[in-house]
Amino acid sequence: MNWNTILFGIFPYIALTLAVAVTAYRMVYRPFSVSAQSSQLLEQKRLFFGSTAMHWGLVLVLLGHLLALLLPKGLLLWNAVPVRLYLLEITGLGLGFWALVGTYVLLARRISVARVRAASTGMDYLVLVLILLSALSGVLTALFYRYGSFWFPAVMTPYLWSVLTLQPRPELLLDLPFWIKFHVFNFWLLVAVFPFSRLVHVITVPLGYLLRPWQIVVWVRKLAR
Amino acid sequence: MKVRAHMSMLFHLDKCIGCHTCSIACKNLWTDRKGAEYMWWNNVETRPGTGYPTGWEDQERFKGGWEYKDGHLDLRLHSRTQGLFRLFFNPALPSLDDYYEPFTFRYSDLFTSPEGEDQPTAIPISMITGEPMTPGAGPNWDDDLGGSPLYAANDPNLKGLDPEVRAQLAEIEGVVFQYLPRICNHCLNPSCVAACPSGAIYKRAEDGVVLVNENKCKAWRMCVAACPYKKVYYNWATGKSEKCILCFPRLETGQAPACAHSCVGRIRYMGVLLYDADRIPEAAMVPDERLVESQLGIILDPFDPEVIAAAKAEGIDEGWIKAAQNSPIYKFVKVWGLAFPLHPEYRTLAMMFYVPPLSPVVSTLEKALRASQGREGLVRLDLPETDLDFEVYESLEKARMPVKYLANLFSAGNESLIVPALKKMLAVRILKRQESLEGGVTEKARKVLRDAGLTLEEAEAIYRLTTLPTLEERFVLPPYHREMAAEVWKDPLAHKGETGFGYIQPPLRGE
Repeated sequence: MNWNTILFGIFPYIALTLAVAVTAYRMVYRPFSVSAQSSQLLEQKRLFFGSTAMHWGLVLVLLGHLLALLLPKGLLLWNAVPVRLYLLEITGLGLGFWALVGTYVLLARRISVARVRAASTGMDYLVLVLILLSALSGVLTALFYRYGSFWFPAVMTPYLWSVLTLQPRPELLLDLPFWIKFHVFNFWLLVAVFPFSRLVHVITVPLGYLLRPWQIVVWVRKLAR
Repeated sequence: MKVRAHMSMLFHLDKCIGCHTCSIACKNLWTDRKGAEYMWWNNVETRPGTGYPTGWEDQERFKGGWEYKDGHLDLRLHSRTQGLFRLFFNPALPSLDDYYEPFTFRYSDLFTSPEGEDQPTAIPISMITGEPMTPGAGPNWDDDLGGSPLYAANDPNLKGLDPEVRAQLAEIEGVVFQYLPRICNHCLNPSCVAACPSGAIYKRAEDGVVLVNENKCKAWRMCVAACPYKKVYYNWATGKSEKCILCFPRLETGQAPACAHSCVGRIRYMGVLLYDADRIPEAAMVPDERLVESQLGIILDPFDPEVIAAAKAEGIDEGWIKAAQNSPIYKFVKVWGLAFPLHPEYRTLAMMFYVPPLSPVVSTLEKALRASQGREGLVRLDLPETDLDFEVYESLEKARMPVKYLANLFSAGNESLIVPALKKMLAVRILKRQESLEGGVTEKARKVLRDAGLTLEEAEAIYRLTTLPTLEERFVLPPYHREMAAEVWKDPLAHKGETGFGYIQPPLRGE
């Protein structure tokens, strides 16, 4: 057993188990705590630039990763024409930068605005630092090891599927450069931290709002009928 | 017809002395907690003024309430899709500075300061950061500052008033103001409920109280912006929205809400109204000037046998129907037409009602007199008080508190609704003044009464309920039957035996 196996073969399962089990526990027994505390009331301007950039940047970049995971062949076909490859890479890199800058703004804001600091917990800082590292390592990877959308389907897609199908092949990552390994481990770390932090709010995205009637009326007494 | 019952409060503004006892009662009971320091579920504003949070009526900025356009009723804040796209930043959310930064004083300095030449002082510190600060605003910072250029002059309700009238409002020695106590209006068409992406806010069908399910609340903060009255607050420490709960735990045990119970001027009334839930959409979708009329139209007559039968079919029990029949709110709002909802143009169908205040003297009369005497400065009307009342009655449209201003507050600018209410109140005043001070009622007073559309009996009833009501007459609370509520959950005996056991999770935010 070497470090590579521990970090990329075993730790992912610890992280995923925690993420599922603790999140479920929290939803059932601590529903009050399942949300991300907003600090918009305390400070607005810097939040606007930070939060919008971080959230949209991350959401779109993650969707890109998901696409590569689900449709590796489609991605390779898309990339067969150089212009399309450049377009995709530039877009991805731009979004990554956007998220990186947004996260930095949020972290700086949390540290320097007294009101926001007063409403922060240690976990709030930890989450921001982890996301900052994730965005940073992602952007560095994209810069130093060009055309991620080309090699991701060949290396990362098989690795991620091997983990998800319970047949881990950590050796796939053995020879990769430091920043890529760092980026992957950082992701598993975020998964592990997910249920213990404000990150759980990801599961509360209120898509039901699109379908429910405007008004909600509750009969206290008819609940049990 | 879908009959439902509603607990409503009525504020008799002619009696409000602006003492803030209600605010303090509420604060002590509900919002004396970390994260809630800045919240005033009940607050009292000086009007004309900007209120709390500052300028809350400016919906161009805060996007509260509903908009009626091309036959559609839409939230001013967002469409459903827009709502989801604004989760990460809600542009219409007021900031803490629109309320005020809560502060206290470092009293320990008084005891721990080293010995010196000067008296030690307790410096103000922020209740959020704990750091020293200079307070510059508060929930009633504009208290009694009628006429001030900073507060009164910026009141959005002054729109549509003559510049001359506006100037008179702020005249030295002639400043006019009134008080406006406010709680959550527990609307029939609440925009906070509609704006909540998580569906955490709901209206209780039994009594119409609008509540936030704090377990479901995910801190998207849309309700704060969507409420046109700015009566949903965001707790910065727990990350949940909170609002006035109409003291439902008190109501369920037969007590009036703390604000109403503690009211020194006894301006507040509590009672049941029956309404037709089926007709809510049509009531909210009429032109501005007909809004009050249409809202009052869906409030049902609790003596009508058809209504009673329909109410029983909906599960409203005898006790509630009886309470609705004795409801002081029903009398003021429907029978006498003296009370109005606050800002009906927000189209949320607010269910707390206001009796507009009377003004003491007519400013323009004074002015005319002053001009005829060729004098500057204030001239008291040289008339006996009784005749003065008649003068006011005759020239209500020139009342010192402009009817237009009251109309902007209570009837979406429709003065023709406010004038009859003021005339009725004034007629009752004239009648009772003559009766009690002059030993008899003149024909002139009777004529005024007839003109205002009141019979002697009605005038007497209005007088009694306005000035001499007992506690039971002011607060006609229906039986909540907690035992019946418990019955549907579990065996009542088991419930009784278990009460007080178990554990409660403290409302801690997630890490």
